[in-house]
Amino acid sequence: MNESAPLLEARDLARHYAVSRGFFKHKGLVRALDGVSFSLREGKTLAVVGESGCGKSTLARQVTMIERPTSGSLLLDGNDVAHADVAARKKLRPRVQMVFQNPYASLNPRKTVGTLLEEPLAINGTQPRRARRDAGLAMLAKVGLRPEHYRRYPHMFSGGQRQRIAVARALMLDPRLVVADEPVSALDVSIQAQVLNLLMDLQQEMGIAYLFISHNLQVVRHIANDVLVMYLGRAVEYAPKDDVFARPAHPYTRALLASTPSLAAGRRRTRITLTGDLPSPLDPPSGCAFHKRCPHAVARCAIEVPLLSTFRGIRVACHRVAELNP
Amino acid sequence: MPLLDIAGLTVTFSTDAHQFIAVDDVDLTIDEGEVVGVVGESGSGKSVMALSLLGLIDFPGRVGARRMTFAGHDLRGIGDRERRDLVGKDIAMIFQDPLASLDPCYTVAHQLMEALAVHGTERERSSRVARRTRALELLQQVEIPDAAARLNAYPHQLSGGMAQRVMIAMAISCQPRLLIADEPTTALDVTVQAQVLDLLLRIQRETHMALILITHDLAIVAETAHRVIVMYAGQQVETGPLPEVFETPAHPYTQALLAALPESSRDHARLQAIPGVVPGAHDRPAGCLLSPRCRYAVARCHRDEPALLGPPGRGARCHFRLDAQGHPTGGWALERRVEAIET
Amino acid sequence: MFAFILRRVLQSAIVLAVVALIAFALFNFTGDPVTFMVGQDATAEEKAKLRADLGLDQSFYVQFAHFLGNAVTGDFGRSLRQSRKVSDLFKERLPATLELSFVAAALALVIGIPAGVYTALKRNTLTAHFLLAASLIGVSLPTFLIGILLILFFAVYLGWLPSFGRGDTVALGWWTTGFLTASGLKALILPAITLSLFQMTLIMRLVRAEMLEVLRTDYIKFARARGLTDRAIHFGHALKNTLVPVITITGLQLGAIIAFAIITETVFQWPGMGLLFIQAVNFADVPVMAAYLCFIALIFVLINLIVDLMYYAVDPRLRVERLATAQ
Repeated sequence: MNESAPLLEARDLARHYAVSRGFFKHKGLVRALDGVSFSLREGKTLAVVGESGCGKSTLARQVTMIERPTSGSLLLDGNDVAHADVAARKKLRPRVQMVFQNPYASLNPRKTVGTLLEEPLAINGTQPRRARRDAGLAMLAKVGLRPEHYRRYPHMFSGGQRQRIAVARALMLDPRLVVADEPVSALDVSIQAQVLNLLMDLQQEMGIAYLFISHNLQVVRHIANDVLVMYLGRAVEYAPKDDVFARPAHPYTRALLASTPSLAAGRRRTRITLTGDLPSPLDPPSGCAFHKRCPHAVARCAIEVPLLSTFRGIRVACHRVAELNP
Repeated sequence: MPLLDIAGLTVTFSTDAHQFIAVDDVDLTIDEGEVVGVVGESGSGKSVMALSLLGLIDFPGRVGARRMTFAGHDLRGIGDRERRDLVGKDIAMIFQDPLASLDPCYTVAHQLMEALAVHGTERERSSRVARRTRALELLQQVEIPDAAARLNAYPHQLSGGMAQRVMIAMAISCQPRLLIADEPTTALDVTVQAQVLDLLLRIQRETHMALILITHDLAIVAETAHRVIVMYAGQQVETGPLPEVFETPAHPYTQALLAALPESSRDHARLQAIPGVVPGAHDRPAGCLLSPRCRYAVARCHRDEPALLGPPGRGARCHFRLDAQGHPTGGWALERRVEAIET
Repeated sequence: MFAFILRRVLQSAIVLAVVALIAFALFNFTGDPVTFMVGQDATAEEKAKLRADLGLDQSFYVQFAHFLGNAVTGDFGRSLRQSRKVSDLFKERLPATLELSFVAAALALVIGIPAGVYTALKRNTLTAHFLLAASLIGVSLPTFLIGILLILFFAVYLGWLPSFGRGDTVALGWWTTGFLTASGLKALILPAITLSLFQMTLIMRLVRAEMLEVLRTDYIKFARARGLTDRAIHFGHALKNTLVPVITITGLQLGAIIAFAIITETVFQWPGMGLLFIQAVNFADVPVMAAYLCFIALIFVLINLIVDLMYYAVDPRLRVERLATAQ
């Protein structure tokens, strides 16, 4: 699936956190992100899917260069930002922007929309005030808001409009990559559709790539090119969208799909309901992290960590993938 | 006789300057053992409606209704004492955020037993041991692993899914005849959400209680409910049996809501978004509340407010109820053409 | 749990040592006590001799080490003004201050908490509005003014209560108490009210704010949906959840009551530690001042420790994590 060099490429990306577990105990180690590899080309969308504790937010923090990975490499346009020095990271940082889940919390309530939009330019650029203002107004129009909105404060907008503002601000520095962390989860269905349309229009127009983090598989199915399914810090399946939805190979992906409510399914069928809760990242199960909830687990799964390997052209981390996909 | 019978339910919040209609003339009947889905976006009044059934609307909110009975009891103007005999016993409710809904200061057992001491059987009210036994039974009923140990757990030691199970256990502890679940799975992960929904439906089947499932997720309703009520800006815009309502929606809002789901659009195509936003407290339009956002709106829609009309149990609040093909009827094409000529 | 207490005690010791150093250093540079002690016409030799007798000719560090070493055993040396042992002076004055502070704190809690709960639960009643307006006065008027006004009204105009002093006291060992005589109790009323008024209104407003916050939470909504009685909801659930911040502030305020008794004691000529301190300041009586500051620091540190321990009793979230640690 690669013609040109990817915009973003992660190789064995890992991020571990030391957590204090008390006065007398050794520090615990949380492998929030544990050896994840993927690549993302210009103008494409990679969806990262998973539940609480799967590491998707940690991944976002590495890609946006808020944190530095513990190991592995992260190539942005061929530059390894994981090992780059502070100055180089600072220079690369404007190329990656972020849109957050909660548009009520991610916009400073004391600043006008105009200030919010111009701020990234003022901090990162040398443009004169006039040019910044023109750029801000142009971006406002691009996300479907009117010029008179420019001087208003965030609380005067609805949730959908605020998310438009958040998107506009992310795009002010003309980024190549936007990390969208659950960007429509807090929005109502009718508004969600508006924002998703906006994101897709902007992608077509500006050639932005999205790292789209979401738990909503229906949304992912609509917007993504490739899907990376994560469970407890590791990738369990990485494949083009059509494969994931038509022929999910990993038992966890199947369970996710089966658990997602859908109109088409009509009355509830018997589903593969997983038993048990999500494991704690502080105390992960041995072997395959999923084995305690997996309906297909065998003895080997409790001992040996399955590696992500190629199976019929897609990447899956499961010992029994061949048996389960005859 | 239906278990719950409500007609003309209205909830208003008034401040000195304004009056906000949160729930506007809603009719609702529910039979024993029925699962009814209530769907709507934020601000549709679905949660306020549920709270008003329990008498939990505080000042400055006011609840009014033409008829409001539960199992023969008139809920209007009922005293605090009488209401407490019903609420928590025959009518129970669970909420969206399970961890925030449990008091962090008390153990699971304490909170379970607390309600039993008020509403439980005679034995449970008099004996602590009986209450504790029942509490354990309840935790087992909601499939909490290692239930005996969980009795002494504090809420913060539970995962979200576990806490939601505990909340369900608390709600069903006195064998309610009606359970209202307000977005019971919205805060949960996908796989856990499926487990909790399965659990709720299993309990509903086993105990034959009625279940009102309030959610913004149409798909959840499609998979669980017998009947659906679609709400918009405090009004009931459509009601009817499933899957009929979702297959052939009679109201343009239901139609638009279904079409806006990513699931309804093909791959990467533009989604059919509904333009504009839900009207708030101060900008309720004249005529049909949906008219500024409705693709079919004609002059009449901006002028006259439609009533909920239709065959019994299949109402739609629209002047031009949609037909089975999804086209507006009732002379809509003509009115639209007249308007086009006039302008 | 044990580890936690140990750690807190160590931290407290460090805090106390630092306070002692600051206190000692500050007072060492505030003036020369010898000048106050001897007359204008004293000769240089007489001054030098006195200085040597008092150990004031030694270096600052030696003096401090000496001070610290003695302080640990409860010996703060002799007052320069009264040439009595500081520990004896404290023993004499401590009961007065502690009794006054105790009564003031009790008043603040006993009236402040119920008033806070009341104004939160019945927030649109006339009484609640009145209490809130009154509390504003309590917060904004300075203590000495309230004291003087109370004296003016109850002691001067009405003549019901004494305007100064502690009344008759009864000795119980070295402890002298005013609780056992009518005049002692009467004398306590005005200063106790003066001292408690600010804390009382503060606690009331705090309880009210916290209570309103808690009443909006989901678990209160859920408790109501379970048909629990109002009593159980308001006192079992709501009040208990307001306790953590209330304990924090109340604890600190308790320390403040003892420390700020200075003003009240001055206004009412109450023979307590505060009055002793003010007199010591006027005279650059270093041992008394240093001992007083150390004493106040000790009170604050102790109260903080108790506050921390009380969190565990009230908030299970802390308790359980700590238990898990101690396993």
